[in-house]
Amino acid sequence: MEKAPGLNNNTCTTAGFQKFTYQSKAGNTAVNPRLSRRRFLKTVIASSVAATTTSGLQWARADDRARGAVERLISLNINGRPRRVDVLPQETLAYTLRYKLGLTGTKIGCNRGECGACTVLIDDVTHYSCSTLTHSVRSSQVLTVEGLQGPDGQLHPVQQAFIDELAPQCGFCTPGQVMAAVGLLKANPRPSREEARHAMSGNLCRCGAYDHYLNGVMRAAGTGTRS
Amino acid sequence: MNGYRHIGKDFVPPDIVGKVTGKARYAEDFRTDGMVFARLYTSPMAHGRVVSIDTSAVNEMDGIVGILTADDLPPVEAPNAPILTNTPVYVGEPILAVAAIDEKIAEDAISRIRVHIEPLPFTVDPLDSLVEGGPDAREEGNVYVRSREGSGFRTVKWTQEQVDEFRAGKEPTGEAANEWSFGDLEKGFADAKVIVEEPFVTTGYAHMSMEPRTAMAYWQNGTCYVYGSAQSQSFIIPGLASLLEIDQKDVVLISEHTGGGFGSKIGAYPMMALPAWFSKKINRPVQLRITREQEYYVGSARVGFQGWIKVGFAANGRVTAVDMFIVEDLGPNATGGDGSSAGGAVSIVYDPESMRYRGVPVLTNTTPRGAQRGPGQNQIAAIMPGIMDKAARQLNLDRLQIRLVNAAHSGTFLDEEDAPVTSAYMKEALEMGAEMFGWERKRDQPRRKGNKVIGVGIGQGYHSAGADGYDGLVRITPDGQIHLHSGVGNLGTYSYASTTRSAAEVLKCDWNNCVIHHGNTEANLPWSSYQAGSNTTFTHSRANYVAAMDAINKLKEIAAATLGGAAADYDVADERVFRVDNPSRSMTYAAAAQRAVELGGAYSGETYPEDIHPITQRAVQAIAGTGLIGVAKDTLPQNGVVPGLAVAFAEIELDLETGKYEILDYVGIAECGTVVHPQGLAAQMKGGAVWGMGMARLERHVYDPQNGLPAHVGYNQCGIPSYLDTPSVVRTAAVNLPDPQSPFGARGIGEPAMGCSVAALTAAISDALDGHIFNRTPISIDMILNHVNGRPQSFKPLQTNNF
Repeated sequence: MEKAPGLNNNTCTTAGFQKFTYQSKAGNTAVNPRLSRRRFLKTVIASSVAATTTSGLQWARADDRARGAVERLISLNINGRPRRVDVLPQETLAYTLRYKLGLTGTKIGCNRGECGACTVLIDDVTHYSCSTLTHSVRSSQVLTVEGLQGPDGQLHPVQQAFIDELAPQCGFCTPGQVMAAVGLLKANPRPSREEARHAMSGNLCRCGAYDHYLNGVMRAAGTGTRS
Repeated sequence: MNGYRHIGKDFVPPDIVGKVTGKARYAEDFRTDGMVFARLYTSPMAHGRVVSIDTSAVNEMDGIVGILTADDLPPVEAPNAPILTNTPVYVGEPILAVAAIDEKIAEDAISRIRVHIEPLPFTVDPLDSLVEGGPDAREEGNVYVRSREGSGFRTVKWTQEQVDEFRAGKEPTGEAANEWSFGDLEKGFADAKVIVEEPFVTTGYAHMSMEPRTAMAYWQNGTCYVYGSAQSQSFIIPGLASLLEIDQKDVVLISEHTGGGFGSKIGAYPMMALPAWFSKKINRPVQLRITREQEYYVGSARVGFQGWIKVGFAANGRVTAVDMFIVEDLGPNATGGDGSSAGGAVSIVYDPESMRYRGVPVLTNTTPRGAQRGPGQNQIAAIMPGIMDKAARQLNLDRLQIRLVNAAHSGTFLDEEDAPVTSAYMKEALEMGAEMFGWERKRDQPRRKGNKVIGVGIGQGYHSAGADGYDGLVRITPDGQIHLHSGVGNLGTYSYASTTRSAAEVLKCDWNNCVIHHGNTEANLPWSSYQAGSNTTFTHSRANYVAAMDAINKLKEIAAATLGGAAADYDVADERVFRVDNPSRSMTYAAAAQRAVELGGAYSGETYPEDIHPITQRAVQAIAGTGLIGVAKDTLPQNGVVPGLAVAFAEIELDLETGKYEILDYVGIAECGTVVHPQGLAAQMKGGAVWGMGMARLERHVYDPQNGLPAHVGYNQCGIPSYLDTPSVVRTAAVNLPDPQSPFGARGIGEPAMGCSVAALTAAISDALDGHIFNRTPISIDMILNHVNGRPQSFKPLQTNNF
């Protein structure tokens, strides 16, 4: 599911939303034309899969599975590397990353598109991987928190800034916050603090470390912490 | 500023790199060979009795490894929470578990199992149970009283008239189950110039840690390895061993990182033990992943209050008398003691001349309760500003002034225990906050801008913030490294690390030469306190201090034995121990550690003090002979209650057309003794502020009263605050006056950081609405709109857990 900054929050005004929508490569839109929410839902419905919000499982029951039509052994581009993986038709990207590829940096906090702990970048745009079908990203570049460090182990500026500002508390939401910040800075390298606040608002933090995360985003953007 | 090398200075906690790179491992990130996945069948009914379980459709399924039911587990005496049950007392209570080679198969199996449950009466609102003829949450009774005189179930009923009068805001006349008092209450009210009397409600709500309480376990040569999600580390072991019915030495807890706890993971809990029992039965490692929805069932929640309070004030604003009555919503398992704690908080924060507390802890068929960040203290923190500000208006006093008049100070006592505080500087905190916030200017600014109105409020928070009697353990190895063994849990406050800096301070060593051991029982960790109750900073600053002092004494003795003279002739600096009258006669810590290994005995941990806890003893035994061991139990003097105090000032802009408000400014001041870790303190103060903002306007339980079904099983349903519900910048500072009973003067702060916030917010809302007080949390948008438009509220008076 595309994360529309601020859309899931009732305090965000329409004007605010328009103002803080950041540019994706496809143009000035909050919706990734390659995978809108509608398209995600259509994909799910095509697979005869009910939304799995109550069981919390990453797939529907085997009985409901679409039969035959979908190739299972596929190639994904994860963190710049091709990965061959056996994927069920209705499997979510969060599940594939964590359970098939061992990339456990991506966390599952709610598994229903509310918290953002599973945020990854798909072609530079932030997505909730718990609400993204793995099959839908076959021709995309997926970036997870594990793919941010340089080849020499150097931390990404967002990672370093989050350390400098002591942004994480318990740390469970942190990979998602890091990816949301990286996605923001790719689209808008010099955000105002208010723009950052809206862009990050799809990522919940129960510890309430929002202020420190915003300090981190602004530090990484090189614009100080208050502007 | 304070001349310390480490105390009061920021540092990079060693686990933070793993958090930003994704390498930090939480319980759910662990895997082991042969591991299978468990799923739960949970009760669809609020209260019932399992009549039969039919697993015939599952027995032949491929991939199923086993089924665990309550019959496989030792019986648990009510009201304690069982691991699995045949008499569910809330929707979502686990009845059985299935293990399979993957989660999908386990979940498929769960959907094919037929469980026949006979429904029993239930209640989701304490007053519905308290009224005569009302349903009881458990067959054993509707009230559970915990007291020093003895604990047990009771059945307490009020007449319909008594409940109606309580709902109408009158003093409850029904039976109370517990009571304490001090001073002359009658005289207090007789001396009062103004008396304020109000009913109130604070709705319970879930802890909602970001990491659900997943656990994985296996057995190896009689030892049980549990990978769990826990606030505490060493403190978990006795409870976990008890749940597993094994010796403490036979359980290993790995909890390197915990994705939040807030009181819900203090001690061992049933879902942490389930995989271990299951693993024992099927002889395979078992992981039980708890889903977000299930976390709302089994993840614990704040105790709700339905109460009445009457406060007397002298002409100068001094509180002369407090009379309070609280009906506690205790959930089904009688966990939490929030009501009396709320009374204690009032006795500290407002220092009344006389006081009486009465309460009834009522059981409901709602999610089990537990300590949640300021349990009791923070519910009453939300209500008291309305009382104080109403009195201030009637007495024509400034709202800051009435708080200064009653401010907790070093002579204040916590009642009913009649215990002094170690130190308290509430007045200084209020003055610092007023200055930083610009209280007078903001109070007197123009209030109305079109449909928007400004409100300002002051809040105060308290929680006890320290304990004593735990152990510290440090070790210097012959390579010169200083090993700081921390049995404190790692739930995100970084106090597992910041408290070890007390030891580094005593040892006058370079932080880069220190290694912290934590997060795994096998890392040889000392017995440590519960990582909760704002107490770690005080408690483990002391424990680390005494261990490091033991190491210093041994360094000096070794130097004297090696270089001549007496131990008293020596001092330490730059990781050397040297003769004071001739500093050239010295040896390095590394050399002293090598000598300690050669000398043996207490120097290298071959022997140790008798008073240390068995858990510490085992840790010392395991590292004996590897270096110079400093180990001790904290027996430093400690007299009275260690208070954590905080104040907050909030400015809001409330839109009378939409009922929404923006928080324009927030200033939080910590009064927690010496600042140990400035960034960590700011994080706690700001995180606490966010929690208070959530409690003030969003977070709540909602139950369908007809079927007992919860409607709050997702973040957005329960109302966790986001970036946009909280101000972009939260300002904080600290009084930074040392506490005399802490070696470096530090106390804790985690819980008051929230109490002051919810209080400042409810006060600011009231101020924006010309002093109207809702006496309720959360204050939702529709409540504000109903009030502004003169409409009745949608709930009946004192109704809880519903709209």
